[in-house]
Amino acid sequence: MKIGHQKDFWGGVLFAALGFTFLIIAKGVPGVPFLQGYAMGTPARMGPAFFPFWLGLILFVIGVVIAVQGVRQQGGPDSKFPKFHWRPILLVLGAVVLFGIILKAVGMLAAGAILVFIASMGSRDFRWRQSLILGVILVIFCALVFVWGLKLPIPLCPDIESLQSSVGFCRG
Amino acid sequence: MDLLNNLILGFSVALTFNNILYCLVGCLLGTLIGVLPGIGPIATISMLLPATFVLPPVSALIMLAGIYYGAQYGGSTTAILVNLPGEVSSVVTCLDGYQMARQGKAGKALGIAALGSFFAGSVATLLIAGFAPPLAELALKFGPADYFSLMILGLIAAVVLAHGSVIKAIGMIVLGLLIGLIGTDVNSGVARYSFNLPELIDGLGIGTIAMGMFGFSEIIRNLESGEGEREVFTKSISGLLPNWQDIKQAAMPTVRGTILGSALGILPGGGPVLGSFSAYTLEKKLAKDPSRFGKGAIEGVAAPESANNAAAQTSFIPLLTLGIPSNPTMALMIGAMIIHGIQPGPQIMTAKPDLFWGMIASMWVGNFLLVVLNLPLIGMWVKLLTVKYDYLFPAILIFCCIGVYSISNAPMDVLLAALFGFIGYTFIKLEMEPAPLLLGFVLGPMMEENLRRALLLSRGEASVFFTRPISLTLLILSAILLLIVVSPAIAKKREEAFQE
Repeated sequence: MKIGHQKDFWGGVLFAALGFTFLIIAKGVPGVPFLQGYAMGTPARMGPAFFPFWLGLILFVIGVVIAVQGVRQQGGPDSKFPKFHWRPILLVLGAVVLFGIILKAVGMLAAGAILVFIASMGSRDFRWRQSLILGVILVIFCALVFVWGLKLPIPLCPDIESLQSSVGFCRG
Repeated sequence: MDLLNNLILGFSVALTFNNILYCLVGCLLGTLIGVLPGIGPIATISMLLPATFVLPPVSALIMLAGIYYGAQYGGSTTAILVNLPGEVSSVVTCLDGYQMARQGKAGKALGIAALGSFFAGSVATLLIAGFAPPLAELALKFGPADYFSLMILGLIAAVVLAHGSVIKAIGMIVLGLLIGLIGTDVNSGVARYSFNLPELIDGLGIGTIAMGMFGFSEIIRNLESGEGEREVFTKSISGLLPNWQDIKQAAMPTVRGTILGSALGILPGGGPVLGSFSAYTLEKKLAKDPSRFGKGAIEGVAAPESANNAAAQTSFIPLLTLGIPSNPTMALMIGAMIIHGIQPGPQIMTAKPDLFWGMIASMWVGNFLLVVLNLPLIGMWVKLLTVKYDYLFPAILIFCCIGVYSISNAPMDVLLAALFGFIGYTFIKLEMEPAPLLLGFVLGPMMEENLRRALLLSRGEASVFFTRPISLTLLILSAILLLIVVSPAIAKKREEAFQE
């Protein structure tokens, strides 16, 4: 089978898959312990499964329609499955994930600088010295504005009892 | 004179020292991100949500609103000087604004854009003050069934008026509605789709989704496409004030742009983008010599710039009167209101008149500040444009991360935002515009609640949606709208209109 419009086809498949996921979790599958489903209720007394089940079904149908159209349609060269640029994806999102994981343990100053440094590698002309300096400037700026200025409760220093109680600036 | 008293109340709130200050901060930030391509009001407002926690609700909303309409001003600067739209709504301003700059009339173009925006902003503010009260009064008569139908109409209108594929946009909205349902169901107490994660039991935050889908994914997209050479006109900006002849030439387009923009801003799904495109097309149709357009016609700057500013302001009308967002940025404003403990809806005006009228008055104050400040500050904005993206995106990234974390001090939210960044990137790659998802996300729980109440009152009879006159009217309007886009003849015309 030749797919005329690959972007539309895969977009439709994605919608259908997401719709089906929402639908099946709401409805549940008998006998599967992690898919027990929620109560459907009646229209007069809608249960928690009622609305998401029907929405999921609608999304599933929409996805199937888009996918079928994608198979039939003749798309131009633009309709090919797009190239994903994994380098910026992994570096930027990886840096964000790492920031979320280590923030509480090492504090914002270190986590923020690491975030900036790793994410900068996603750029085409990455220079490590500039990124390092940029990271330092940005974390100091963020500490000044968010922690000292706006008093947001963000940990600045590593999660070590003696450090946080003795060094005044860690407390914001 | 109720209106007069209300406006006086509003100005007494907006003109306190603190609120002027926050309005100014909002407008400056808005202009800043408007000038910079690659970061828009959605990501910025969500980044700053936690920063407003310490403020009283009125000041917070004044500042966030300032970011939104300030961005419309800033977007035009980039469009004129660099031929890059700082915001989507200034895409058409590039056409003639940049040509004017190349002919050495950059100052004039910037001046006309700013003055036109100020005029439009002032008119739109008056419109909000005049239209909001009767609309809110009408909205108080709405029952659950009517509200449900109103949301259907709003969502369908959003789809019809947006560009791109209709069915994909509907799918995106339905997905948004579903994501909005994640978390504890208020009626049964069941934690839906939470996968036993404590962070998901309370539901996802709109900031998490917005920053992931519109902040992170934009950064990745900009990094992969690389940076083209920017040709910035830095030297020849002089003569910001247009002369009498320019004003005469730009006056009618500004008025027409304002009217068109205001009307399209009120419509659900309308907003600055649609306003500026339509105003440009209209001017081109009305012009005696359409061939001048695209070669530096002053009308081609005046009309879309006033239209996008008017629309940015009037899109607050459905938000303030019905509690329904007309575009993704307004969806975010609803999120901000809820965080500050304000339930959006028709009761705001009577329950919190100081907030309601204060916000409206602040819009006029903000527009005034923007004109007074921005014209002299243009030199500074231009300098900012020469900052390389390599320095810019790490800054955006760290602000976003701190913003996501701070909304509820949850590191898990940062990871979820990264996930949404990837989802958003995938959607953009597959040419599926993710913006409607935010609208659905905000409306999901509201729609379910109103559907539940409507069906409970009617004992499960779906006919309630067709027997109540308000609901029936709204549903018929939705059906007509949908039929219009689906019918092939009009679909073709619509495509042509967006092509321009």
